[in-house]
Amino acid sequence: MAPRAVALSRGSAAAWAAGLAVAALTLGPVAAVLLRAGGWGDLGPGDWQALRFTLLQALASAGASVALAVPVARALARRRFRGRGALVALMGAPFILPVIVAVLGLIAVFGQNGLANGALRALGLPEMTIYGMHGVILAHVFFNLPLAVRLLLQGWLAIPAERFRLAASLGLSPWAMFRALEAPMLLRIAPGAFAVIFVICLSSFAVALTLGGGPRATTVELAIYQAVRFDFDLGRAALLSVIQLALALAAGLVALRLGAGSGFGAGLDRAHRRWDGQGPVARVLDGLWISLAAAFLLTPLGMVALRGLPGLAALGPGTWEAAVNSITVALVSTALCIAWALPLATRGGELVGLAGIALSPLVLGTGLFLIVRPYVNPFALALPVTMVVNALVALPFALRILRPEAEAVRAEYGCLALALGLSRWAWLRLVFLPRLRRPLGFAAGLTAALSMGDLGVIALFADPDRATLPLQVYRLMGSYQMQAAAGAALLLLLLSFGAFWIFDRGGRVNADA
Amino acid sequence: MLTLEKVRYGDGGFSLEADLSLAPGRRVAIIGPSGAGKSTLLDLIAGFRRPEEGRVLWQGRDITDTAPDRRPVAMLFQENNLFPHLDLARNLGLALRPEGGRLWADERREVERALDRVGLKGYANRKPGALSGGQQSRAALARVLLQARPIIALDEPFAALGPALKGEMLELVRGVAGELGALVLMVSHDPEDAKRFADEVVLVDAGVAAAPVATRRLFADPPEALRRYLGS
Repeated sequence: MAPRAVALSRGSAAAWAAGLAVAALTLGPVAAVLLRAGGWGDLGPGDWQALRFTLLQALASAGASVALAVPVARALARRRFRGRGALVALMGAPFILPVIVAVLGLIAVFGQNGLANGALRALGLPEMTIYGMHGVILAHVFFNLPLAVRLLLQGWLAIPAERFRLAASLGLSPWAMFRALEAPMLLRIAPGAFAVIFVICLSSFAVALTLGGGPRATTVELAIYQAVRFDFDLGRAALLSVIQLALALAAGLVALRLGAGSGFGAGLDRAHRRWDGQGPVARVLDGLWISLAAAFLLTPLGMVALRGLPGLAALGPGTWEAAVNSITVALVSTALCIAWALPLATRGGELVGLAGIALSPLVLGTGLFLIVRPYVNPFALALPVTMVVNALVALPFALRILRPEAEAVRAEYGCLALALGLSRWAWLRLVFLPRLRRPLGFAAGLTAALSMGDLGVIALFADPDRATLPLQVYRLMGSYQMQAAAGAALLLLLLSFGAFWIFDRGGRVNADA
Repeated sequence: MLTLEKVRYGDGGFSLEADLSLAPGRRVAIIGPSGAGKSTLLDLIAGFRRPEEGRVLWQGRDITDTAPDRRPVAMLFQENNLFPHLDLARNLGLALRPEGGRLWADERREVERALDRVGLKGYANRKPGALSGGQQSRAALARVLLQARPIIALDEPFAALGPALKGEMLELVRGVAGELGALVLMVSHDPEDAKRFADEVVLVDAGVAAAPVATRRLFADPPEALRRYLGS
């Protein structure tokens, strides 16, 4: 049956209100940085260096993530073993893992006194340092290898099982099979995965803040932060924001064209029955890749827990206060994000929300800084601005999750509601929200976790009296209180994952099919 | 009288014309090949589509631009007639209180009477998922009873039921419609439904909804379009 032509434009006033609010909050800061941006002459050699470094590290990070993901995804696609589902689920965890927590874990493994250097010393080999370009790339691979693995795994599992059966019955050699089945898939999926990760790494701030720095490892985002915080050169900050904006927009459009089918990876827990790669060498190699990937992802997290436990008992009042701030920020951002996402969960709405992907928190933050500065002390607004920016940044993800489900609810029950003459409020309260419980819980969980762990705009705005937990961890690190930092990081990890778990669970418990 | 006065509706390559009147209290089957526009005709009457030309009238009143819930029509869709997360009491209660408020005691009794009438006594606190397909159809029909509108529009709501259950449901509709004195419009692709249930038949074919013809007369001497559809 053709879709019923009557427009079910329920809550269109709310949609307009949300759309205008989001547009104003994204375009306003953009306009502010465009107006304030000085001439190119304001840029020093360090700024051009930052631009070069940003591009280089993003290329290297994306390249390494995708290259390493190929053997790992292949191994996961054709092996069945206990814990496979858990490992694949773990690949989704970095998305909600606070950057600062991962950085502490990586330092515990690859840092000065880390596990890796311990091993190198024992073997009499030269030690490594985690700070600088390779540290930044390492952290980016840590975050994006799992994403690349999931994207490629999706591609592998999308190859129909019959093809592998046919290849097996033809007795194709591994190389012939790779050329016939796997190479075309990789050529299709890998560029998109590369582009998405490249875009993500372009906007890297927290990693560069903690592991980079100095003239040789500063990203544009970090340069914006330094221009605001250290030089208080707002013209240059605005100009750098324009550069960052142009970079992200250009790369984002390319990524959109290449279209890595992202989504949140439903159905990745199955494995095809395969006839190839059953020899001992292939088995050992696959096992090795899976173990390496698991160790690379799990060891830093394990170290955070290990080193954080003793610190948990000795958390100072500043840390607890920061934790309360973080929880408040996370809850308000989540409420704000969901309040925008519900009326915008339509085709047009998703386009509006996409703005949040192209705009990095630092660019938004700089713009808002410029807008509010004539009227109030920006530092007094640190927490509210962080709430708003975090909500905007999470909005595209929330819309991606909610829109298909919201459209399904409207398609299935819109006519019935219309026939019964349900009031708008009754539709929202009795039908729309209850039917959306699961995706709402999931979206709220993601938003809360992302906001809880965010170390971006808060660094730009915060004064010494105000901090969120991620910023507090960073400050403790900066003052070499490593045990207190480890304890606070563990607390942050628990809060982020806890927030996700509670919201997601809330959407599932007693939910009707 | 329900009158479709020189109604024309088009959507891409599809078009439908109707110029006909249906008397209150009749049971009318709307039959024709799939894609001919049976459901569209129902949508035009129920208010889910707006005709490009012509008017829809009920008892002489123009309802062409009236919202679906303000029309004298209670509709049963092909599917999704009940909200799956609400129990039957709440589902049916929405017919009495579309703003979603709590029911008064007498309204609650009314809901229970309607459930009783369709053979679902004591099911008020069950959710649709806990009912069989036939019971879900009954519950939806109970809501039609509560809506008490002079026209009942059925868009093949019983298509998924087996023949025995479908027969039962048609009997029930006949009873409910009789009590309400309602005009029943039933879309079906099964000529047997029409013969068993309907006083009159509207044949929809080649973009035209024909004027109603008495069922017996129609099948005694089927016109060309119906013969083609029946394949005889």
